[in-house]
Formats: sequence, structure tokens, C-alpha cells
Amino acid sequence: MNLNNATISELHQLLITKAISATELTKHFLDRIADRDSQINSFITVTPDIALEQAKAADLALASDTHTMLTGIPLAHKDIFCIDGIRTTAGSKILADFVAPYTSTCIDNLNNAGSITLGKTNMDEFAMGSSNESSFFGPVSNPWDHTKVPGGSSGGSAASLAASLCVASTGTDTGGSIRQPASMCGLTGLKPTYGRISRWGMIAFASSLDQAGSFTRTAEDAAILLECMAGHDSKDSTSLNLDVPRYTEALSRPLAGLKIGICSDYFKEGLDSAVENLVLEGIRELGRMGAKVSEIELPHTKFSLSSYYVIAPAECSANLSRYDGVRYGYRCDNPVNLEDLYKRSRSEGFGAEVKKRIMVGTFALSAGYYDAYYRKAQQIRRLIKNDFISAFKQVDVIVGPTAPSTAFPLGEKTNDAVSMYLQDIYTIAASLAGVPAMSIPVGLSKGMPAGLQLIGNYLEEAKLLQVAHQFQQQTDWHKQQPQSSIR
Amino acid sequence: MNIPDGWQIDIGLEIHAQLNTQSKIFSGASTLFGSEPNIQASAVDLALPGVLPVVNEAVYAKAIRFGLGVSAEIAQLSAFDRKNYFYPDLPKGYQITQMDLPIVTGGHIDIVLKNGTAKRIRITRAHLEEDAGKSLHEDFDYFTGIDLNRAGTPLLEIVSEPDIKSAFEAVAYARKIHQLVTYLDICDGNMSQGSLRFDANISVRREDSATLGIRAEIKNLNSFRFLERAITYETDRQISLLEANKSVPQETRLYDPGKDETRPMRSKETATDYRYFPEPDLLPVVVTDEMINDIKAEMPELPAERCQRFIDEFKLTLTDANLLANDRRLADYFETAVENSKNALLSANWVKSELLGHLNRDSVSIKDSPVSAIQLGELVSLISAGTISGKIAKDVFSALWSGETTSATIYIEQHGLQQLTDQTALEPLILEILDANPKQRQQLLSGKDKLMGFFVGQVMKQTQGKANPQQVNTIIKRLLQETP
Amino acid sequence: MISDEELDLLGDLAQLSLDPDNRESTLTAINEVLELVATLNAAECENIKPLAHPLEAEQMLRPDAVSETNQRAKFSQVAPLFEEGLYLVPKVIE
Repeated sequence: MNLNNATISELHQLLITKAISATELTKHFLDRIADRDSQINSFITVTPDIALEQAKAADLALASDTHTMLTGIPLAHKDIFCIDGIRTTAGSKILADFVAPYTSTCIDNLNNAGSITLGKTNMDEFAMGSSNESSFFGPVSNPWDHTKVPGGSSGGSAASLAASLCVASTGTDTGGSIRQPASMCGLTGLKPTYGRISRWGMIAFASSLDQAGSFTRTAEDAAILLECMAGHDSKDSTSLNLDVPRYTEALSRPLAGLKIGICSDYFKEGLDSAVENLVLEGIRELGRMGAKVSEIELPHTKFSLSSYYVIAPAECSANLSRYDGVRYGYRCDNPVNLEDLYKRSRSEGFGAEVKKRIMVGTFALSAGYYDAYYRKAQQIRRLIKNDFISAFKQVDVIVGPTAPSTAFPLGEKTNDAVSMYLQDIYTIAASLAGVPAMSIPVGLSKGMPAGLQLIGNYLEEAKLLQVAHQFQQQTDWHKQQPQSSIR
Repeated sequence: MNIPDGWQIDIGLEIHAQLNTQSKIFSGASTLFGSEPNIQASAVDLALPGVLPVVNEAVYAKAIRFGLGVSAEIAQLSAFDRKNYFYPDLPKGYQITQMDLPIVTGGHIDIVLKNGTAKRIRITRAHLEEDAGKSLHEDFDYFTGIDLNRAGTPLLEIVSEPDIKSAFEAVAYARKIHQLVTYLDICDGNMSQGSLRFDANISVRREDSATLGIRAEIKNLNSFRFLERAITYETDRQISLLEANKSVPQETRLYDPGKDETRPMRSKETATDYRYFPEPDLLPVVVTDEMINDIKAEMPELPAERCQRFIDEFKLTLTDANLLANDRRLADYFETAVENSKNALLSANWVKSELLGHLNRDSVSIKDSPVSAIQLGELVSLISAGTISGKIAKDVFSALWSGETTSATIYIEQHGLQQLTDQTALEPLILEILDANPKQRQQLLSGKDKLMGFFVGQVMKQTQGKANPQQVNTIIKRLLQETP
Repeated sequence: MISDEELDLLGDLAQLSLDPDNRESTLTAINEVLELVATLNAAECENIKPLAHPLEAEQMLRPDAVSETNQRAKFSQVAPLFEEGLYLVPKVIE
């Protein structure tokens, strides 16, 4: 078996049959990272000592039969998750030397299940971006074409998996930050229902939108990770107090009778025609598998971008106020007074995109503008949620493109903010409503991957995973890999 | 304070009461006062990246109890908001508070004016929020030190309508709030530790003006005296400005006790747009009728009710009932003493005079009293039963107070202090004294009743105070009648 | 759209200083976003209650118990300036 395209379940078999040890497996990926990551810059911090220690413990667990599906599986984690004793930067200069003093709940779950932490992956600063070009630690390249972006904000997590530098990786999705890079890197990306995975320890960008999720090669692997990461956490008031289903058990149900909805708003101007064709072919495939396709309306989709670009900056402007050089993080030299300390630490520590969004958010909440901007955006949010509730009365899953194009060249959109923001045009609505969504590979256009987005009703991750898994039984787009990663 | 003719003052008070919970409102750190700096600042209190708040259930119960105590409305749905501003004692750069949907709205407090009439002060609202940390400016030459132990301590902010029209009324209202929150056991009322703090919004206007004047806010007053002084100074300042045809700037000020004046705050914390918006990390809290009823059932008796009950049940005078019911701990102490002594009036006298006298003399608070209510009750029951005289009882009390003994009964046994009530022992002694003082005897017989005191005094002296004066009195009268 | 003066006010509220060199580009960038979101105005939202949380759920309350221990030594390790148990900032005069 080629370790560079093996899934979690395949590797699990190798591990329990002692065909390979956790230590060997971990060394394999650490070596690959050391050899190849300089080409794509997907890691900010690699943790070889910790990884090997965990691997040792995993081997003991495997020997004594006290293991889980994830024991000994090397993972990479987006540098937005605090891990005790490990540098956690959120891709920012303001946290460039911050060693987290505690571990986020979902990573803790993965650690307790015996997984291996290879390191922390690169990301757009504070998760704001769609190309991973705003990181203080330099841009990430797409393993499929090093001149192109991997997508963002979880670009590092996507690129590291696409380059086979890990077996799976964690990410976060606020407006599309897992789904869009998954689509651009040919991976399966999952954003669960808001509240399904605890946000404790996940550095906040926009509190009511942020959700943790995963990048995997298959829907089955996504189910394995979700089972482990999900669950109620009393330290997160917004975390759902509901049992976690056995997602892996629902995967093999056939699709016959499944009702699929297509929204014409997702096929308008701006969608690359090659991507559109791949997506439509994917939908036809689902039809051949027994699904019934119909048209649905999401009338307020056209307001999702504007609503998001008010709510997210507004929440982030408050969430980022804590970065002031007092208790942790970057502090400017020789501040002359308090205002100088704050203004210089923050202005020197934050990048341009972050500062811009803080200003926009501050504006949207300020006296005189609150009603017209923030309050209005929250009203639209309710209308968007209502759209989904109506749609899901008619269909089980909504299907469409994940992103308007395949990966674009590095630098192409850095000076065109609006064009960058439009990358999220199909993914944002699901974030605003809080419903679960996935992106799965649906083909290559000029050698670059495109993604099919599946959106489900609240708490219907099992259904999404089922559809994705069945699709991946019938097609093999998800098995495609960039040449550079197979060797 | 005298309000100059032609002027009217309008005062609204915002009172911050620290709720006496074990842990903070949004984190599980301790709220203990006076600890080493920053040892009670958890990850949440420090606003580390990635942390989230979780609401302490006790703060709701206490806020609701307050609402019930002022006859306010309890919100079935309440939520939290973020109030955004930068200051080093505010780690997140925003305070979690309740703007739109406070837990309590409306309500009132009745105060007694100088002329004895009652006046109702309306409460606008009371809401929950978190306290900030402390800034220490004196410890370092070029730095201010920040201690975040206090950051996250739960506060109930109680806002009054501008119904208060003088410093006297403000202090009366503040005292009532203080009494209520301690009575309800939601706040320890320790003002020197900052458990209760006042912000006063003060404006003045001419008597015939229908609209309120521009107001100044005086922040962080932590004693009734400072409250009174600050209002007095501020009112004079504002009237002077207006009389000189200048305007009163709307600003935030601090009271300087050293100079007895208010001055504008220098920090920019105050002149800002707080950009309130709903707290996304916390969900709305639902309060059911069942919850409210449970809390109602557990409500302690309020001061006014308790005072009336002392009058009805124990037959105390209004003055005494007021005094004893005023402070919850004192009232509890008194009732425990009554329970043990079975004599309410005598217990009241002893609590009023001996106990309070000693507490004041030694500057001890009731909760640290060396004589417990049970011990006092025991003492009073012994007086009531005639086992010891009132005079001897004072000595026994002193012994209990100093710790010389822990039981009145045992002390009396050990020192043989039982009252001499045995007639057969007393009579010969009294006869002896009567015979030994013929002149005074004659005077007493001829109507000089004052001399009774002399003879009783002599008997008390001879018996080391153990005789019962009333009994001695009776015996003397009888003996004189029998043998004039 | 925001004006130059409003930009300064926002900078104060957000405690961000505006680099004089790219003041204009900052203003342009912000106004660009505001233009993008101006489509909000076209949405018909009368009588629609704003949605603050994606899920209609109630806050769970935590029991009132001290669950945190003293971690001052650990937390102060990440502090830029920490002495005698206190976080230090330039002296503030009240």
C-alpha cells in the first residue's frame, strides 16, 4: 500500500495487523515534511518530538489492544487550535511567539483517541481570507500547481494533506474556509452544524459562524474524525447538548429515493464554465445513483455576501480586542503611554486584511450605523435560515459548486478584495444559517481540482456523509492526487 | 446640605453590588477577596485566545431574589451583550453585560424623608454583568500594575430613576439598597472591600424648568459619606456654573476625598461609543415561573416585615424593633437569643445595651461577637428565672466576652453567684442592716422613699450583689410594717 | 461610505493607528467593503427579528463552585511584562 494515499481506515488495518508501527508511520510523514514542505510552506510549526512520543504511546496501545480507529494516525492541525505547550499563532505576528497554555477540546479528543500531532498548519491570519496569502508566515502553495493558491483560510491544512504530508488534517470554516480549500486541493472537507464541535480553544474570528471541521481523503475518514471531534462541551455555551451519532454506521445506505435540490442562484454569472460542467456531471451521477433532482429556491442568497461581510467583521472587531500586548502576544517596543501600547502593538502586530476587517466591523457596530448594518445583516441572516428550512422541506440535500473557479494564481487577487470575497459566494449562506456542508472532489479542469458542495439540514451530517461516501464508491475523483505527492 | 432657593437637583444612582457567589459569573475561578494578585485569574478571566464564558447559575437566583425584593418584573427571557472599550483592567476589550434584555425591570425602594414621610424611589432596571480587574498605580514608578483577580466577579447593577432630589435622599436610598442586598444574602455589603459601589448621575435645574439639566456622572463612590459629600460638592459646582451663565459639560468625574471635590476623569475610557451588540458566545437565558416560585419560597423575610413581626410577636417597641430588624445578622442573633431564653423583651434589652455596647466599644462586628446568641440566650434565661440578678449578669457577660468562660451556668456555679432568694437567709441580714442604721430607718418610715435605695444598696453590698433588689425591697417594706 | 474624520474616530475606537503612508488606501479599502455590503439596503426586512445565534437554544448554567486552581505561574510565562504578580502597562493617571 502507498502510505501517501492511504486513508485512516486503511492505515488502521495496517497498524492493528502490525504491518507497520505508529512510530514508522509517523517517521514517514515527518521525513516527508522535512523534505518537501519548503516547496509549499503548509506548516508553521512541526512537532517531531511530540509526534514521536505520541507514536511510542500509540504503539503500546496497539500492542495491548486498547486502541481506537485513530490510534497512531498522524494528523496536522490548523494553527488556530490551541495545543498546550505548542506554539499557536493563528497565522499572525501578534501571536508569533505565543505558546498556548491549554489545549482545545476537539484536539484533546483526537489526542485522547491516540492520534499523532505532526504540527500546526499555515492559515490566513486569524482565519480571514480565501487564499492563505495573508499569513505572517508566508503564503501556501497548492501542491497541484505551486504557482497557485490552495484556497483559504485553512490553506495549510488542505495543502499538507494534498501533498501527502499527513493522513488527515483539522481546519475551521467561518464562511467557507474548509470547503473552498478542499475544493481547490481535491479533498473531502466537512463543516458540521454550528455547535456540533466545541469551540473551546479555537481562536475566535467570528463567534457565531466559526466551526471546526476536517480535511480527509474520503467521506469515511471524515466520519471517523467527526465522531471523535464532536460532542457537547460544558466549557462552550454554544456547543450542542446532543449525543454524537455513529456517523460511520450510516455511510453504506444506498441513495435511492434521496431528494436533491439545485438552486439556480448557484449557477449564475461568475461560475467558471468548466467547473459548472463538472458539477452538473456530478449531479447527473447522483441522479444515476438513484437520487431525484429538483429545483429549489433560496431567494435571499443574493444577500449572503453582504450580510456576512457585516457580521463577521463586527464579531471579529470585538474578538480581536484582547490582543493588546498586555497579557500575551506581541508588544511594541518602549510604549510611552497606554494608548501608544495599544495602538502600536496592534497596528504592528496585525496584518492589513485583519486591520481592515476590524475597522469595517467597528464601523458596522458604531452608533448611527448599527441599525442599517449590523441589525439589518442579522435580519437577513434569519431570512437566509428560513430559506434553508423551507428548502429542506422539499429536499434532503442541496447540491452545487463549492467555489466559482479552480485555484487561481498566487497574487492574482491580493489587490482585489472584492474578487477575493466572491470566492465564498456559494459557501457563505450555509455558515450564516449554521447548517452542515461538505465539499467533495468532482473532477479536474485543466489539471486543477473542482469541488461539489453538499449542504444538509441541521444535524444531518450523517446524510451528507452517506451521499458523499456513495458518490465516492461510484467515482474516483477523490483518489486523484497531484503528481508531486504520489512519489 | 442646603439646596439654594430656586434650584432643583435630580439624581439617579447606579449601584454596583458584587454578588456573593463562590465562583465568578463566567468562569470557575474563586471570588475570594484579598488574595495574592492574579492567582484567581483563570484562562477565561485572562481572555486567553480561544476561551469562552459559561454562566454561573447562582447569579440568576440572586438577581431574581433582588427583583422580588423590590417588587420588580423578572424577565422570562434575558440575554447578554458586549460593551466594547479598551482598558487594561478589562482583558477582553469588552465587558459582558445586559443591555437590551436585563433580568430585572422596574421595582421601587421606599425611603423615609427627614420629615418622617415615606417617598418612593423607582428602579429602572437591574442587570447582571462582570466586574473589571484592578489597576494599581502606586507600586511602580513608571508602570501601572494590573491584578485580574477581580475580573469576572459577578455584579448586579441597580439603576434608579432620577427620583432622588437631595444628598439625604441619595444616602437613604443607598442605605436601603445596602440593607436589602445584605438581608437577601446576595451581597456581603462590605463597602471597604468594594462590594457595593455607587455611581451618581447628578444634574441641576431651575425650579420652574420642566426638563432635566445636563448631567455629570460621578463614578466609584464606595461609602455613604463620600456619596453625600460628592453630591454636595457637585451640586454647588453645577449651580455656580449655571449662575455664571456657563454650561455644565456632560462628563464623567471622580470624587477626591482628600480634597473633598469632584474632578473630571482623565482617561479616555469614558468618552466613547460602546458599540453594544448581542454576545454571540452566550445563549439567551429562560427563567420559568417555576424557577421564580422556587426562589420566592426561599426568600428571607424582608426588613420591614421582620420589624413588624418583632412588634407583633415579641411586643417590642417600634424603635427597638427597627433597631434589631435593621441589620440581618443582628436580627438573626436576636431571634436565636429569644429562642434560647424564651424572654423576648429581656433579650432585646440585653442585645440593645450590653451586646451592642461591647461590640461598639471593641469595634467588633456582630459576626465576630465572642458571645454567641446561644450563650446570651442562656444568660438571659437565667436572669428571667431569677437565678441571678441583673447586676451579677453583667459580670457574667463580661466573663463570656473575655473568654474567661463559655457557659453562664457553669461560671455561676463555680463562683457561687446564684441570687440570694432564700427569705430565711435574707431576713436576718436585712434586719441587721435596718437595726444598724436607725437614722435612715426613721427617715424611711417618715416617708423619705429615696432611702429605700440606700437600704437596698447596703443589702446588695453585703450579699456581693447576689440579692434580688425587688425581693429585698419587698422584705424591707414588710419588716418595717411589722416592726416600725 | 466613511470620511477621513470618521476614519480617525474608528481608529480610536479600535485602537489601531493609521499609517499616514497608506491612509488613503485604507480608506479606499474600507469603503470598497461598505460598497459591497450596500446591497443590504435592498433587502426587505420589515418585522423580521434579527438572528443573533444560528440555533434556537437556551443557555446552560454552570453550578456555582470553584473549579479553577491557581495557574499564575503557567499563565504569566506568556506575559510580555509581568512583575511581582502583576501585568505591567505604562503608568495610567486617573
